[in-house]
Amino acid sequence: MGNQAGVLKCSMSGWGRFPVEECESVRPERYRDLTASAGRQIARGQGRSYGDAALGKRVILTERVNRLLAFDAVAGVLRAEAGVTLAEVLAAIMPHGWFLPVTPGTQWASLGGCVAADVHGKNHHHDGTFGQHVLELEMILADASRVTCSATKNQALFWATIGGMGLTGIIGEVNLKLRRIGSSYLRVRHHPAKNLAQTFALFGDPGLDDQYSVAWIDCLAGGKQLGRSILMCAHHAAPEELPAALQGSAAVGTSRSVAFDLAAAVLNPLTIQLFNAVYYHRQGNKRAPYFAHYDHYFYPLDRIADWNRLYGKRGFVQYQCVVPEAGALTAVSALLQTVSQSRRPSFLAVLKRLGVQNAALLSFPLAGYTLALDIPMRDRGVFDLLRTLDAIVLQHGGRVYLAKDAVLTPQTFRAMYPRYRDWQRIKQAVDPAHGFESSLSRRLGMGYA
Amino acid sequence: MRKVVLILGATSAIARAAAGEFAEQGYDVYLAGRDAEELARIAADLAIRYRIKAGWGIFAAESLSDHGRFFAQAISNMGEMDGVVLAMGYLGDPIAARNFDTGGAEVILINFTAAASILGHCANYLEARKQGFIIGIGSVAGDRGRQSNYTYGAAKGALALYLQGLRNRLYDSGVRVITVKPGFVDTAMTYGMPGLFLVATPQYVGRRIVTALHKSADVIYVPNFWRYIMWIIRLIPEPVFKRLKL
Ligand SMILES: Cc1cc2nc3c(=O)[nH]c(=O)nc-3n(C[C@H](O)[C@H](O)[C@H](O)COP(=O)(O)OP(=O)(O)OC[C@H]3O[C@@H](n4cnc5c(N)ncnc54)[C@H](O)[C@@H]3O)c2cc1C
Ligand SMILES: NC(=O)c1ccc[n+]([C@@H]2O[C@H](COP(=O)([O-])OP(=O)(O)OC[C@H]3O[C@@H](n4cnc5c(N)ncnc54)[C@H](OP(=O)(O)O)[C@@H]3O)[C@@H](O)[C@H]2O)c1
Repeated sequence: MGNQAGVLKCSMSGWGRFPVEECESVRPERYRDLTASAGRQIARGQGRSYGDAALGKRVILTERVNRLLAFDAVAGVLRAEAGVTLAEVLAAIMPHGWFLPVTPGTQWASLGGCVAADVHGKNHHHDGTFGQHVLELEMILADASRVTCSATKNQALFWATIGGMGLTGIIGEVNLKLRRIGSSYLRVRHHPAKNLAQTFALFGDPGLDDQYSVAWIDCLAGGKQLGRSILMCAHHAAPEELPAALQGSAAVGTSRSVAFDLAAAVLNPLTIQLFNAVYYHRQGNKRAPYFAHYDHYFYPLDRIADWNRLYGKRGFVQYQCVVPEAGALTAVSALLQTVSQSRRPSFLAVLKRLGVQNAALLSFPLAGYTLALDIPMRDRGVFDLLRTLDAIVLQHGGRVYLAKDAVLTPQTFRAMYPRYRDWQRIKQAVDPAHGFESSLSRRLGMGYA
Repeated sequence: MRKVVLILGATSAIARAAAGEFAEQGYDVYLAGRDAEELARIAADLAIRYRIKAGWGIFAAESLSDHGRFFAQAISNMGEMDGVVLAMGYLGDPIAARNFDTGGAEVILINFTAAASILGHCANYLEARKQGFIIGIGSVAGDRGRQSNYTYGAAKGALALYLQGLRNRLYDSGVRVITVKPGFVDTAMTYGMPGLFLVATPQYVGRRIVTALHKSADVIYVPNFWRYIMWIIRLIPEPVFKRLKL
């Protein structure tokens, strides 16, 4: 009650369901209405960031400003409004033999969210981030003006917006270069590793490398088996690579709607432990290459309805950090040990090798290894654990991913993102009155010295 | 031969969902409304997602004398028309709409007079072709007058009567006329409004609009339970009803 017409007061959270905040929301349906008003506001895509990045005093829901505007099926270029989901983009482009140049592990993120967080995928070591495939953006700035920017036009705004967490303005339209694919299947190979050192060795082995790679870590294995993992490498299968059974109609790119395999309700610490053990042995025993449909390979979690509820009402934090190549083994083993000693079951632990840092000033990836862990918000002790992890990361010259963060402090953030000062100068120039402010930016004092 | 559907009020979220459902079934679409920028965006979107032809044209409901020309232009753009969805509507401010000089006239004009006017042109065309359909979006608000929004309700109620008459007239020529009565739908019209309950998504309403074509019901409530809610509401004797704060 007490809502003004067109403004809805509601409680909101990110994907981790922590923190939960009371926000005002507006939901434009027309492109013209996707605009800034006086006061503080932040754009929101699909709320797939885990923490407080898409929360604020006033949240602008972009979900209905989601039209595909132009698609060049020959050149592989798509122009769309930023609110559209990756799933919808895939449904339109796959039949023409095109795929996303970079995809996060969920197809329920919006284009705008992928730009604002400069998301990375399992191919980062080869293809860089999402932002590096963006040809042009149309931005709606704090003064409600529209400007286009790209790597050659308004570059400063462009590289401050990519990875800029919605703080430079509203991303209205995205012009994206797509990737050619020969089929909707991936050729996948699994390589089991008995411990962390072996995992790193597998990542470093050029003979095993492929377009996509990621290691799933059995985070319940400790001691000598700490960091035991399965490295999963893959590439888009060429039609002639596919076994006869998958050729023909399936070889043409097709998307399909997502089916839910599992209800989150069946997951608890015990089943998670069982799952991890079973998964390690089952997947680890798959020594021969196999073919996986893209939605199984890229979006396994999308198949579990509401899996983010499995950690209960208090939610969880997904802790994702990256540490530079040198010292990465020490850092990651310290991180894993710290978490394992804290006795908090994590459903998911993923390790990935990242390639070089790009020109986007607040972009997360840097050459090294990134570790992602789910940590349930069971009690206040979690904060101490996270501070300890932050210290390890910082000590090794690494950083924490803002799209997943809910607890960093202004000081640690500044130490982790050395190019913040340059970013802040651009923010100051395009949004001097701090019209774009999220709970994340307020917590970290982003936009201020 | 491809089929073509005309969508009046195409910028509404319900209309957009319905257009998507039609497009998915292989229909080409012609989108009508006042907002050129939006119509162009929605048309591009439908054409890319469903690989259909999506045309659009400016349609200002209040210019009644222009409706004939508009309809002829839609036909000449698309070659033919197999059916029409009337989604245009205007809620306005219910208090202001109590009086005609502060908005009531517009509510009646858009929801009823203009709707009847453009549907008249569509009916003549489809009657001559001896096939096709007209789907009109009314509202549960048109089932019984209530103090909270009776001007809008009266216009929607009148629209339902008009559609009923058309259905009777067009029966012999094989043209289907379907009345759709949604309850609350989560659109720009209702966003942030207090007192909403049992709110349906526009996607759901859009799907029901298209599936209605394959079923026999002439009047559908969306979701279905509104049929029973409105049945009970209509059953309440007037001497009791007039005392209620609804
Ligand atoms: C299961 C799962 C797997 C994931 N895997 C990965 C992964 O592999 N790699 C990776 O990098 N990330 C990953 N993520 C994180 C996710 O991709 C990012 O958080 C992404 O930003 C989510 O997009 P969204 O549309 O939901 O954005 P939201 O969560 O709604 O918003 C995220 C940020 O983007 C900003 N934003 C959104 N839309 C706009 C806009 N139109 N204009 C301006 N700013 C905008 C918001 O202000 C906010 O700061 C994963 C998330 C989940 C749930
Ligand atoms: N939302 C609900 O809860 C609800 C419930 C029951 C029934 N309905 C009915 O469902 C239909 C769609 O509603 P909605 O909620 O999607 O509403 P909406 O977003 O307000 O859309 C209204 C549509 O009507 C068009 N329109 C309004 N005035 C016009 C005019 N003078 N000339 C031409 N077009 C005009 C608008 O086009 P422009 O782009 O030109 O503005 C727009 O496309 C309406 O008939 C409404 O009455 C809605």
